[in-house]
This record gives sequence, structure tokens and C-alpha cells, in this order.
Amino acid sequence: MKLCVFHLMPYRFLPEDFETRYRSVWVDVPSQLYDPEKGRVLYHEFLDELEFAEAAGFDGLCVNEHHQNAYGLMPSPNLMAAALARRTSRAALIVLGNSLALYNPPVRVAEEFAMLDVLSGGRLVAGFPVGTSMDSNFAYGVPPATLRERYYEAHDLVIQAWTRADVFAFNGKYTQLRYVNIWPRPLQTPHPPVWIPGGGSVETWEWTARQDYVYCYLSYFGYKHAKKTMDGFWEAIARLGADENPFRAGFLQLVGVSETDAQAETDYAPHVHYFYQKCLNVWEGFAEAPGYRTVRTLRTGARPQVGLAAKQIRAALTWKDYVEQGYIVAGSPATVREQLTDCIRKLRVGHLMVLLQIGSLPKELTLKNIELFGREVLPHLRDLWVGQKDRWWPSGAAPAAPLE
Amino acid sequence: MAVGRCAGCPARMTPRERVVAIREGAVSLRCLVEGRGAPVVFFHSFEGLRAWPEFLERLARRFTVYAPLHPGTQGSDGLETLDEPLDLALAYDEWLGALGLGSASLVGHFFGGMVAAELAALCPGRARGLVLLSPMGLWLDEAPLPDVASLPPADLQPLLWKNPASASARAWAPPPADEEAKVAMQIERIERLAAMGKFVWPLPDRGLKKRLHRISAPTLLLWGDADRLNPLAYGEEFVRRIKGAELRLVAGGHMFPYESAEATAGSILDFLAPLAA
Repeated sequence: MKLCVFHLMPYRFLPEDFETRYRSVWVDVPSQLYDPEKGRVLYHEFLDELEFAEAAGFDGLCVNEHHQNAYGLMPSPNLMAAALARRTSRAALIVLGNSLALYNPPVRVAEEFAMLDVLSGGRLVAGFPVGTSMDSNFAYGVPPATLRERYYEAHDLVIQAWTRADVFAFNGKYTQLRYVNIWPRPLQTPHPPVWIPGGGSVETWEWTARQDYVYCYLSYFGYKHAKKTMDGFWEAIARLGADENPFRAGFLQLVGVSETDAQAETDYAPHVHYFYQKCLNVWEGFAEAPGYRTVRTLRTGARPQVGLAAKQIRAALTWKDYVEQGYIVAGSPATVREQLTDCIRKLRVGHLMVLLQIGSLPKELTLKNIELFGREVLPHLRDLWVGQKDRWWPSGAAPAAPLE
Repeated sequence: MAVGRCAGCPARMTPRERVVAIREGAVSLRCLVEGRGAPVVFFHSFEGLRAWPEFLERLARRFTVYAPLHPGTQGSDGLETLDEPLDLALAYDEWLGALGLGSASLVGHFFGGMVAAELAALCPGRARGLVLLSPMGLWLDEAPLPDVASLPPADLQPLLWKNPASASARAWAPPPADEEAKVAMQIERIERLAAMGKFVWPLPDRGLKKRLHRISAPTLLLWGDADRLNPLAYGEEFVRRIKGAELRLVAGGHMFPYESAEATAGSILDFLAPLAA
């Protein structure tokens, strides 16, 4: 079992009345709400937290890409991964990822990921998300009707740029290059492992399985609501005749560990509320541009994680609801161990990504969460899936030394 | 989506359907045809063609009206082979040829106005006359257009109609019969907006301004006097760029062809009839 810390790097200082006063945390969130002085402090806090997670025994550190929002302050996760590459030495650096369709030419992604792989000594996981509709269609202006076609074409170009020894021409519909010949080249062979973050679309499951990549379901509805989606993924795997290796899957879960169940509410409740009410306050018009999802996926009944319907579902949630419905796994170490074991088994995931800095959670509580998880929870989950081989783990990453 | 009778319209006509394939079947366009006389082609906008509207009915008493459904919407296929407004205009040029129409009068509303203008600019011989009803296809920084394809319906409605509570506005979106019909309607709407959005996302300035000077057909621009969606500044810009073009106001919002069907059809008929003779 691999346990990784995921960081969104949210802005922690949105006003109390943010969700009633402003329509969206994403795309057109007022720039006046961002204070670069506070931002400077935040980046260093967040990097401290991720570096501490390596010391606390986590296998991997996850960062990701978002644009024009107060929900995640990483337009370029590669910059954060570069900083981590210098200050960490063992953990996998999981960049989930670079939105391939947004870069022209996409060889930029091949180059920067190769740099990170070399710099970190082969610890990179290369994530290729399609990107949210807010990021791809609205902030970066890619027409929804062409997003997936651009994505697949860019993917093919990046993989060829990493693996072909010759200088080659690439005649794509969206990118045309006469000479593709990137320097530097990735350290891992044939290239860094590829993980595909997704929101539950049928095509992505099938494509990921055919490519033999890891599929990561990044859901904010929690593990109990995720069962249907992950069952769909495993059915797609079975349909395509691939093996049921749990390391094919990754899953994101919000987690809060405290001394007791009651203390967990005191520690985390206001910050979880900040996350769901403010960080996910996306205007309905930006939640999903027409054409972002395929008709085939729409017919499965998949709904966006943000926007009006999701907002209405979450508006009335109390701490008790968040916990009981599995939005967050929170409580004493024993409670968290038990629920996460259930989550890992039921969803059949080999790579669990836990979000331990949540919404407005300040640094001292985040460090406490990381420390308690590393000491009291992580060692008990480590041996799940013993005997299954993780073929999607970076060759330069090393396991944690046993805690003294 | 079926094209049926417009509720409350005094309409008598039931348009014929024609499906015409071009490019060895790579593009297949479904079209509604009604009336007698010289050909008029009407290009619809984002709302599609829900019913045979009154203003087309009035035109069809004097002309043969061809109303194609854009690729990727309401039974027309081939969107994946078309990337730019230019591609779309060329496809319509070939489609007119396949119908055996050498030239026709071209009419289009908003998105459809852009298509009609592209076609008239690209193939001047195809257009006998050109009537643009609050067309899109340009961008002015001082008059930014709302993001039509992504506005939630509740936000879009007040921008479309002069009076959103009017009978014509309410008749436009009848509530679905059941949950299944509701889902089908939502999916059809998403497909339609995605298909047309492909040509104008994220901004509708896709080169038309470089070609408008090629238009040689007599051109009339009609604009709603209360168009809250497409500012009149665009009408003035089209007039500046199309030689001899004339701009007239009609009572109504952005949906004035539906709100003021008689006045709209009257203006179009007055303008096109002498050209068709």
C-alpha cells in the first residue's frame, strides 16, 4: 500500500461572507481578495507541510494544477515540485499533473517533467489530467468540443518525445513540429510512471486501462459516494481483460486525525466547512461548459462536483453529515484506521492520497494531522495489498525508514 | 429533437424534411423546407429550431425557405470534420450545390448570421441578398458579449427577450413531460451548444472581419430595439465593414424575430422581394 499526502494549496484568507457575496471561487474570483504578502507566507507553510510529510513517513507528495482561483494556488505545480525536489530526498513527487491540452507546444510538458525527473533522481510521477472545465475551457479558453482530441494528441507527442531516440517530425492537428528532440531526457526508463486524474468519465477509464496507466479518482464527495464510480472503473478493467491489481487505482480522501473523535470536530470542523462552502463555491455557469463531458458520460448520470446542484447538496451539511457520509474521514487514530481500511478495501485502491491540509486549516494543525497520521495510522495500513506489485511507482523513490 | 408546431402560433404549414449528405457522407445536413418561390436559406442560432416559427412561415408564403440544422445539432452530422467558421461556410457552399441551388437569399440570426455572412463573403456568387438578424462574428472590447454558451438558462432568459414574461417567451420553453424527457432535453441542449460553441469559443472573432469586405450582395441588418444580449455597437460595426449595408431596428429583444414575427418578416420580404424578381 502506498500512502501519499495531497496538497491543494488553498488561499486561507477568504472573507467570512465570501460564498454569499461572490459568485465564484474560480475563473472570475476578484483579484482584490488575494494579498501577495499573505501568499508568500502560505507558499512557505505549504512547502514546510509537504517536506514534513516525507519525514513523517509518507510515500509520496502530490501537487496539482489549477488556474484563476482561490481554491488552489498552483498554476504551475512544476515550480512546487522543483522546490520539493531540492528539500526532499526519498518520497515520490507526484505531479497530478500538467493539463496537456493547455500547452502549445506540449513538448513543454515533456521537457519540464524530464527536468523534474532528473533533478529528483527519478522520483517523478507524471500526471496528465484533462483539467477541469473552469481551468481548461474558461481560464485557458480551449473549446470544449476539441479538448479531449487535443489532450490525446498532446499525450502521444509527449510519450514519443520521451521515448523516441530519433529526431522526428510531428504532424498533428493541433501541434505541428518539424524537429522534436527534447533535452534533457527523463531519468526513468522508458519514462516516468503516468497517472491519470479523473472525475469519473467512461472514456477516461477505458483509455487509462488500454494505456496501462494508473487512474486516480479525485472526488470531494468522499469514499462512500465513490463506490459506484470505482466499481465502474473496475468493471471497465475487467471488460478490457486487464488484471485487477489495486495499484491501477488511486483515490483522494479528506482525513483529519486527532486524539479523540470529539477533538477531531474541534480541530477540523470549521476548516472543512471553509473548504466545502468557500473553496468549492463555483458559479453554475463555470461548473461545466457544454461539451466538456461527452454525451456517453452524461448518459451514465455523472454530475459535476461543483456548480449549483453540488452546492445545494453541500449547503446544509453539518460536521455529523460530513463524517457519517464519508466526505471526511475524521476522528481518533482508531476511527481513522478502521474507516480507511474499509475505504481501501472497498474501492480496491493501492495508492491512497490523503488531503490533510483542508480549506483554512492553519499550519500547526496541519502538522499535527500529518504527524498523527504518520505515527498512528500509516503503519497500520502499510501492509494492505501485500503480494501485489506496484508497477506504477517511480524507480527513484525509496520507502520510509521505520519510525523510531 | 423533433421540430413540431409552435404552441400558440397561427401556423398552418408543416415543413418537409430533407437530409442531404456531402463529402461522401462525411457531413450530413438535415434541413426543413417550406413554401414556394425563389430560395431563401435561414441559418438558426444557439436555440436551434424548435418549431417552425411564425416569421419563417410568413417568409414561406413568398419564398421557398430552407432551414438547415447546423452540424452536430438536431440530426445533422459531421461536426468532427469541421473546425473553423470557414470550414462551416464551405460545407454550406457545397450543400447549396448539392441542393441544386446556384444562389439564394441568405438570412441568419446571431450565430446563423455569422454563418450567412461568412458564406456571402467567401462565395459572393451564392448570395442574392443577405439579411443579418443581430449577427455575431465580431468582437469589440468596449461592448463585450455575454458568454452565451455557458450562461445558465435562468441567467440567459432575461437577456434574450424584451419581455421574458411575454407569451412568445413562455411558449419558447415548455416544461418537460417527465424526468426522462427532462434529461433528454438537457443532453440535446448541451450537444447543441457544444457543437456551435466549437466555432466561436472562447470569442466569436474568428476571422470574419478580414472577409466582410468581400460581400457583394445587398445587405440588410435588423436589430431588436431592446437587444440586451448583442449590443447595437456590433450592428454599427457590420454596417461600417459591409459596403452599402443598411441597419434597421425592430421592436423586440435579441429574439425579435420571434417576438415581432410580422414586422421582422415584413422587413425581410420588403428587402428580398425586389432582389428575387
